[in-house]
Amino acid sequence: MTEHEFEMKLGNLLRTGVGLAAAVVIVGGAIYLNRHGAESPAYHTFHSEPARLRSLKGVLESCLQLSGRGIIQLGLLLLIATPIARVAFAAYGFLRQRDWMYVAISSFVLTLLLGALLKST
Amino acid sequence: MGALTGLGGGVVLIPMLTLVFGVDIRYAIGASLVSVIATSSGAAAAYVREGYSNIRVGMFLEIATSLGAILGAVLAAWVDPKWIGLVFGAVLLQAAYSSFRPGSYEEHLAAGSGRMAQLLKLDSSYPAVDGPRHYHVRNVPAGFGLMGAAGILSGLLGIGSGAVKVLAMDRAMKLPFKVSTTTSNFMIGVTAAASAGVYFRRGYIDPGLAMPVMLGVLAGSLAGARWLTVAPVRALRILFGVVIALLAIEMFYNSLTGRLG
Repeated sequence: MTEHEFEMKLGNLLRTGVGLAAAVVIVGGAIYLNRHGAESPAYHTFHSEPARLRSLKGVLESCLQLSGRGIIQLGLLLLIATPIARVAFAAYGFLRQRDWMYVAISSFVLTLLLGALLKST
Repeated sequence: MGALTGLGGGVVLIPMLTLVFGVDIRYAIGASLVSVIATSSGAAAAYVREGYSNIRVGMFLEIATSLGAILGAVLAAWVDPKWIGLVFGAVLLQAAYSSFRPGSYEEHLAAGSGRMAQLLKLDSSYPAVDGPRHYHVRNVPAGFGLMGAAGILSGLLGIGSGAVKVLAMDRAMKLPFKVSTTTSNFMIGVTAAASAGVYFRRGYIDPGLAMPVMLGVLAGSLAGARWLTVAPVRALRILFGVVIALLAIEMFYNSLTGRLG
């Protein structure tokens, strides 16, 4: 795989990630608006999201119950995962080039990103 | 709007949500981070194919921005929203100022590369009309430091802080302008993903708010990229500057009178 082909694949990855995330958010949004569209939201006072919308496991569970908010949240997680997948893909590319220094650098960045998303508080 | 001015949408989005719609600044930051990732990834898909962005430079500097972003996002939980509003006002003023006096984009290619740049194999080339053009990278430690600051701002305020990133690469590290902007765009997505993770776990990302924001921003950036080729850039920059300056003043006012959050 040449550098150019690699970059083309990288571009496709980003496009797919964003497209998929948007599609999932639209589906979730349709369900959510169908059920709660008439309510007026209260965002002027801050209260943290319920626990089920704050963890990967919780989000997946609410998706299985076809919760609109759960599905939107899954789409948002897919979106957050897109740049993370890009870093992972770059790490793989450096690995193929046997560029060990950059394998280490991208793995470190990847660990930071995954840690921020998954580590429990 | 984001695609039109080369600035991330967050700098406009957050004041809009907090000042016009009265949304709590923490919800606004969560929604903004989502939109920042959407614009960055969408635009990066196009840039990567053109071969401008320097993935090695981006990846190395990502260490600084990701660490900064996580630190900023953690700080945001401890800091009074009033102070976030004040810092935001200052960032807005700076953005307004720089949009009134657009920098001259003359190429200032460095003659040789720094020791750090050689060690990290950062030099590269980019496609020009007359074939690939080679460039050197300088002042890596200064660029790294600026990127850490950009990351903290991004994590604290939920913006892409692309302006600081371009500044670090273009001015400090002497990368060609096109390489700086496209690499910065790649980095914005990764930086925002780092802080978005922290905000997600803390429950600052609300699906009901983030859904319209994300879809709106995506639609807007698609339309903006098309329109960009025919848009009167100079007039847009001035309009943008006036809007941003007004938002900055209102942000200061609301922070000081305690109407934020």
